[in-house]
Amino acid sequence: MSQLEGEGCGGLEVKFVPDEDVLKHIVDDPGIKVQKDKTQLTDSVKRLVKKLENVSDDEAQEILEENNYVAALGICAQGAVGNYSSVSGGEVYSFQTPKRSSKMAELASELARTPGESVAPGHSKCPEKTAKTPQSSSMFLLLMHIFPLLLQSKQKEFVSTTPYRLRKRLAAPDPYLESESEYSASCSEEEEDEEGQKEVGTVLSGQKTPAKTNAASTPPPRNTLAKKNKEKMTSLVEEYFEAHSSSKVLTSDRTLQKLQKRRLNQQTLHDLLKKAPLAYAAEIEELNQQHESLFSKWMLQLHLGFNIVLYGLGSKHGLLEKFRTSALQDSVHLVVNGYFPSITVRSILNSVTEEVLDHIGTFRSPLDQLEFISKKFKEDSSLQLYVLIHNLDSQMLRGERSQQILAQLSSLPTIYLIASIDHINAPLMWDQAKLSLYNWLWYETTTFSPYVEETSYENSLLVQQSGSLALSSLTHVLRSLTLNARGIFRLLAQYQLENKDNPSYPGLSFQDFYQQCREAFLVNSDLTLRAQLTEFRDHKLIRTKRGADGVEYLLIPIDDSTLTDFLEKEDEDV
Amino acid sequence: GCFVFKPSPKKTRVSQKTANDFRERNDDSEDAELRFVTCQSLWNQIKSETEQIQEDLNTQLFDNLVSFLRRSHSECQEKTTEWTCRMKSREIPTAALILGVNVTDHDLTLKSLSEVLQDNITPYIALLEAKDCPGIKNLMQKLMGQLMNCHIDVDSLEDEDYVQVSQNRIRCSMTSLVNWYESVTKKTDSETPSKKRASSSRHGQSPPVVVIFKDMESFTTKVLQDFIVISSQHTRELPLVLIFGIATSPMVIHSLLPHSVSSLLCIELFQSLSCKEHLSTIIDKVLLAAQFPFKLGEKVLQILINIFLYHDFSVQNFIKGFQLCIVEHFYAQPLSVLCCQLVEAKKRANSLSHDQCENIRRLPSFRRYVESQASEKQVALLTADSIVKEVTQKLLEDLHVYHENYVSVLRCLHVFTSSLPKYPLGKQIRELHCACLENRVWETEEYESSLQLARMLNKSDLVTMLQQCVEILVSSSGKEFDKTVEKLKEFLTQFQKLEAEAFQEQDVSISSQKELRKKTDLYHLQKTLLELKESRRSKKLTKFEMLRFEVVDYIDSLVRSYLVPADHKTLHEILYFNTASVLRAHLNAAPRIALHTALNNPYCYLKNQALKPDGGSISNKAPDICIVYKLHLECGRLINLVDWLEAFSTVVMAVEGPHADAASSDQVDDIIHARFIRAVSELELLGFIKPSKQKTDHVARLTWGGC
Repeated sequence: MSQLEGEGCGGLEVKFVPDEDVLKHIVDDPGIKVQKDKTQLTDSVKRLVKKLENVSDDEAQEILEENNYVAALGICAQGAVGNYSSVSGGEVYSFQTPKRSSKMAELASELARTPGESVAPGHSKCPEKTAKTPQSSSMFLLLMHIFPLLLQSKQKEFVSTTPYRLRKRLAAPDPYLESESEYSASCSEEEEDEEGQKEVGTVLSGQKTPAKTNAASTPPPRNTLAKKNKEKMTSLVEEYFEAHSSSKVLTSDRTLQKLQKRRLNQQTLHDLLKKAPLAYAAEIEELNQQHESLFSKWMLQLHLGFNIVLYGLGSKHGLLEKFRTSALQDSVHLVVNGYFPSITVRSILNSVTEEVLDHIGTFRSPLDQLEFISKKFKEDSSLQLYVLIHNLDSQMLRGERSQQILAQLSSLPTIYLIASIDHINAPLMWDQAKLSLYNWLWYETTTFSPYVEETSYENSLLVQQSGSLALSSLTHVLRSLTLNARGIFRLLAQYQLENKDNPSYPGLSFQDFYQQCREAFLVNSDLTLRAQLTEFRDHKLIRTKRGADGVEYLLIPIDDSTLTDFLEKEDEDV
Repeated sequence: GCFVFKPSPKKTRVSQKTANDFRERNDDSEDAELRFVTCQSLWNQIKSETEQIQEDLNTQLFDNLVSFLRRSHSECQEKTTEWTCRMKSREIPTAALILGVNVTDHDLTLKSLSEVLQDNITPYIALLEAKDCPGIKNLMQKLMGQLMNCHIDVDSLEDEDYVQVSQNRIRCSMTSLVNWYESVTKKTDSETPSKKRASSSRHGQSPPVVVIFKDMESFTTKVLQDFIVISSQHTRELPLVLIFGIATSPMVIHSLLPHSVSSLLCIELFQSLSCKEHLSTIIDKVLLAAQFPFKLGEKVLQILINIFLYHDFSVQNFIKGFQLCIVEHFYAQPLSVLCCQLVEAKKRANSLSHDQCENIRRLPSFRRYVESQASEKQVALLTADSIVKEVTQKLLEDLHVYHENYVSVLRCLHVFTSSLPKYPLGKQIRELHCACLENRVWETEEYESSLQLARMLNKSDLVTMLQQCVEILVSSSGKEFDKTVEKLKEFLTQFQKLEAEAFQEQDVSISSQKELRKKTDLYHLQKTLLELKESRRSKKLTKFEMLRFEVVDYIDSLVRSYLVPADHKTLHEILYFNTASVLRAHLNAAPRIALHTALNNPYCYLKNQALKPDGGSISNKAPDICIVYKLHLECGRLINLVDWLEAFSTVVMAVEGPHADAASSDQVDDIIHARFIRAVSELELLGFIKPSKQKTDHVARLTWGGC
């Protein structure tokens, strides 16, 4: 590719200036200046050093303490029974870096191919073996293939008009892509298939970004003078900005729809998972045994005024349940399933006042209720309550106000709280004030057991089932409506499907809709249409939105695939 | 989602069964009950001690505040005619109380403050928190509620109908507050004389109404401004005093309130003791005190101090950590039954059971002790319980004496090191304490350099330090220090002698200088100067310097004999809590790192050979969620679910490959699909991904790093 570029440049008499040269050009100036000011600079540096030395001894002390701190932490991390592999924070919390779309498939095939012995990742890139990899990788290769064509046609403005910043980004050294280009040269013939061809069209017509990133693969002119260290640093920076530069995403366009897979609903999913044996059951059992030996310690610490929070991978539902049945049988306790989608702090407080304290009556606000509870508990010191909260960090309970109330509840001396958290950012819920109210003792209870209960309510990601749910409700509602009403809805649905490729589709404006409905003899006045729409709206079948120009737009808040399914089904019925 | 479980009333447990929990695990040892009682009594002692310390530290501040409150209103009431006073009367007297950055510790201070005020100044105190006051209406409601309630509390026997007036029915406004105040003060006037005398003698004729704002920074400015403006209209009728609890700096008042509002306040500044000093006092009085047998090991102390310095500056949290240490120690160490006052401990040692004697024999420090004994004694120690008990008593006493000496010598050493330039051994006594606990302090570089520096101290400093040391040693309870004190006193007298001699020396030097001033030629001048220089270089040490060396060497010898690290002592396990890892895991946990480890390296938890990581990457037999996680690490901001699923099934199929027949492949596929869905929704629950609307069937990645 570099060759190609070179030829083009010659013809057009546009010179390709390597980045390093440009950089030098820019940097030179200040460089001279620096030399001139060098004496001055060293002077000031000296002064600074002196100042630093004079900085109050406190600071030196602080630095010393910091060293101690780091040392102490390191020692502790290693000292802890080997359960802690010493992972530093830098590894866990880092920046976004650019990723190639095909890497996941590569890793998968690599993992698949190494069922025991490790195979060096380098030598395994052979088309016969990667036949099974998803086509995202093939798409990538294809892009590599067509890239020269693309480049030729666009070359002129490519070289001359891209601003410096962009060019620099393009020329950022990316050894990965470089090696990939060779790879594609050797394998692309076999990889090409019809499906790929189809996608070339879309790529060529619309997407500009793939071209850009592919351009990044042009090998940068190597400048031996470039310092390694600096390069590393800049490449880190470049990578960061590259990853954040484009809002476009480079993933394949395949959807689950095309996969022709049977939709799974909650029940079948549950059944299927039952069939799949739980891996490493013995080891998991052993882990649980370890945790269960802590029960008496938990009870002790709860009684001494601490509250207990459990963290770690794996559902802690079973563990807490076991704790409940083994230790709390003889005392009053409250179990809160935080993962329940409709749980509120109010309901927790209500069950305390109504069922534990046997109080009938309502409260104006949760704060009043809390005050009442704390008064009751302070009055009667024999009143004890154990509160178990599964998933204290769930959607419904993670709000600031609910956490405040729960923290205050838990700070009562005769209320003993034991809770579990799962979300990685759960500790961010608590500020110093809440932490001191909660008075936590942290316990790591990694169980590796599946989150059965916790995820059973979460339908957002199980795209498969959420669609079926919406679809069935849609058909049910529509079946109860008149023929005309169904027609109206169908019109709107069809219009929306026609516009599904338009990302900024605002909806169908009321006037247009009325026009269309009239033409189809579905309504005779806009009043009837409005009445009909009100009915839809009541069933949450449509949503209205006012545009910037004040016009009312109508939208069906259901994803396109479900809508398509619905229309197909309707056609079958008719 | 909430379920209440109530046991049948018969079975309800007796509340006094905490000790049972203590026993449940260590069923082998019968001392659990005793241990628990010891633990509780020790903790209660320490708790009351810390509270006492806090109270003592705050007395100064509270006295100042009380006198401020007295002043603020009595002045104006007496001379209302004066012009300045009339000007002033529109201003609300305000105390700005700087309490340090840890807001949670303010609670205790403010609570004791309001107690003090209640006793001395006024029964009408309201404490407002920002979270209760989102608007001025809530603030007034809260304020009136507290004021009226507290009034009822003070003389609760009063007319019943007053109690009936619920705060909800009174319109919450300043006028009603003023009315209430008038009625209340009038009522106390017209009351039965005996009662009146009692209350008025304490609170004066018209006690001020004190409103405390806890953590003023967190209030919304609008609410504060409104409240101040409104109440400034009523200062005549309602003697209001504000107290702002401030966490950062007094400047914050002016940044929160515009000039027009802050000019309505007459602010006086009060500064509470800094939390660092508070901590030092606690360490000094609790951790280093001889009356508490329980001690912290080096690492544990370091962790507690680090949490304090780097995380929260909260003394309360420090004490909480200390409490946890005590509980852990008594829970985990069966021999902690001996961790009590010496007399009692000896008694208990005498009645130890056979199992406990075995426990003693198992202690590493005791084993070392046995090995150092003669062979016959070794046999006796290992076989006869009675001898073990005897030796234990003796060793416990040794340990006790060691402590007393340790603390005194540590303080002496601290006198020296805390005044050296750059503080090689730390400025605070806690640092010195940690250094001494860690290992033999005299082998460290820092100690070496601090000795060097000590050898360069000037005389006046040295003398004052020696005097301080004498004071410390005299006041200490250790009995071995008579000689030491004598020696130090001797040093002091020698220094005094030196002073007399110094005059003479000075004369000599002056005379030599005089010689120089005589008229002479250049050659001679040069020669004499050279001689002078020569003599100065090779000059023998002066007497002072010799003495200084002696003093430093003596201190050094003291350190070597008394500041032996505790874990070199036999039976130190009984008194010292040293399991730092437990403490760290419970107080300073890292949930995300635990997740990271579990996902990246399941072998850490599931000890199965198949999971053993080979060459950095995890094996493909790892639990589903680990594989899915690992795959998602290779993706950019968005992840295509289909690709992900396919990659996942590639991996899983490879594992099950040989078993899967073509016939049942469809079903296998479904199962894999289901497993994938489960793993993905688990990742969503953990917060690694979230559903995205940007593209169909895509999820967005939320974390970076962790490869």
